[in-house]
Amino acid sequence: MSGGPSKRVRQRRARARRLFAGAEAELVPQGRLSGPMPWVIAIMVALTAIALATGLALGNTVTAATAEIEGGVTVQLVEPRADVREREAARALDALKVVQGVASMRLVPQEELDALVAPWLGSSIDTATGAGIPVPALIDVRLQRAASPERVAAIQRAVTRAAPSARVDAQATWLKPVFDAIVSLQWLAIVLVALLAAALSAAVLLAARSTLGTNRETIEIVHLLGGTDAQIARVFQRAIAFDAAGGGAFGLALALVVILSLGRRFAGLGAGMVSSGALVWSDWLLLALVPIMATLLAMVTARLTVMQALRKML
Amino acid sequence: MSSKADGEIIHFDNVGLRYDHDREVLSDLSFTLFPGSFYFLTGASGAGKTSLLRLLYLAQRPSRGVIRMFGKDAITLPRSGLPALRRRIGVVFQDFRLVPHLSAFDNVALPLRVAGFGEREIAGPVRDILEWVGLADRQDARPATLSGGEQQRIAIARAVIARPDMLVADEPTGNVDPDMAVKLLRLFELLNRQGTTVVVATHDAHLLRKVPDSLIMRLDRGRLSDPTGALRYPPRRPA
Repeated sequence: MSGGPSKRVRQRRARARRLFAGAEAELVPQGRLSGPMPWVIAIMVALTAIALATGLALGNTVTAATAEIEGGVTVQLVEPRADVREREAARALDALKVVQGVASMRLVPQEELDALVAPWLGSSIDTATGAGIPVPALIDVRLQRAASPERVAAIQRAVTRAAPSARVDAQATWLKPVFDAIVSLQWLAIVLVALLAAALSAAVLLAARSTLGTNRETIEIVHLLGGTDAQIARVFQRAIAFDAAGGGAFGLALALVVILSLGRRFAGLGAGMVSSGALVWSDWLLLALVPIMATLLAMVTARLTVMQALRKML
Repeated sequence: MSSKADGEIIHFDNVGLRYDHDREVLSDLSFTLFPGSFYFLTGASGAGKTSLLRLLYLAQRPSRGVIRMFGKDAITLPRSGLPALRRRIGVVFQDFRLVPHLSAFDNVALPLRVAGFGEREIAGPVRDILEWVGLADRQDARPATLSGGEQQRIAIARAVIARPDMLVADEPTGNVDPDMAVKLLRLFELLNRQGTTVVVATHDAHLLRKVPDSLIMRLDRGRLSDPTGALRYPPRRPA
């Protein structure tokens, strides 16, 4: 009793292959072309989709944060005496009202400032020592356009006249290193996607060459019976397309599980910048394209490899 | 095109073949094969019969000389033009060269599938030819499960299924019993009468006598002799 599939099962499979892939698919034994290939493609697609999702989320974070803070300016009043600081804050607000291009302004309430410094200095520091630590007053200013150095300088001039202790900073300036780091990570994700695509091509190339070597005798026979290079390449292309489509779908499903569970974890952090990196529908569409692109890439690689090898035959 | 060129299917002019830098295995071959003729290619073992057949079924390009096939220069023809020529030639390989993972039916159907015939057009002729070679009941068998003689009959069925213009057979009766050998020769004659040019390489002198109208090409150490003069002065055949 043979351990393989029965004759009837083999015939059914052959009929199904003819129906879906044409009789040419029979020229090369499909089982040999498959092997570990779908799994390799599944892993590649999963890694590519995760890298791409990371890149897209980072891009969304940068875009959202940039839109939020590019018109933001912070005015700090670093006067140590509380009464003078309060007066300077009021005069600074008056001065800002007449500066061109200012959309809105807000004096950050003392409670908010206390809450900001509490993690580092504690909330009962005044009562504990009996001596208050001077915390600068903050004015959050929104401009109608981006806070260019010229606009920041104009604000600085206007405010300094009214409040000599005022320091003016564009919010984008102190967040620039963070943005630069995020953009670097985004590039890293792009490079990873490119490297994974190259690795996928290399894997397909090796698989196609190995299958070509294994089936050299069959290919020679088909050649001598009048088979064209295109016919033989189509056989490999179809086989690799089935492998890539199956592996790609599995890989994408795996990646989606990872992306969704990571997304849930990050959303749970509740940090504004992190939650602004959520994927939008166009990002999901791009992710869905990964297995399709992988399949196309695998097919093109297989075709070029096989055609190149066949050209060496008469 | 001359009238002579119109009437020939194969023309060799001063053809030589050497593998790598070794000595020539075929030298100064000049002959013409005409449509509807039956040729026996004879010669001792190592005389170059298989090498000449490889040139005939376009598995090999010669090292020198000119080969015209079906009115086309087979030497300068681009690779893309070779499949069309090959589809006009049926080949019975000495070692059969059946595709191991295909059934007997699929092996025989291969030339028709390669030529683009649909499954409905294929099934009938393939079953007929399998029946003719006595292997209708083995159509699902893989080559590994067939005997040498059965494999040879499958190889012959594959070579003739597409009704080629020329049939090239390398020792086609080497592995079959005398009755089957005669039966196969009758098949070749039948094809020949329908206009197929047949070239059979054999070292079996008895076979030569079984096809009375056949012409003999004798190879001796890579050189062709024309003992009957039939290659130079072929007998006229009705069109």
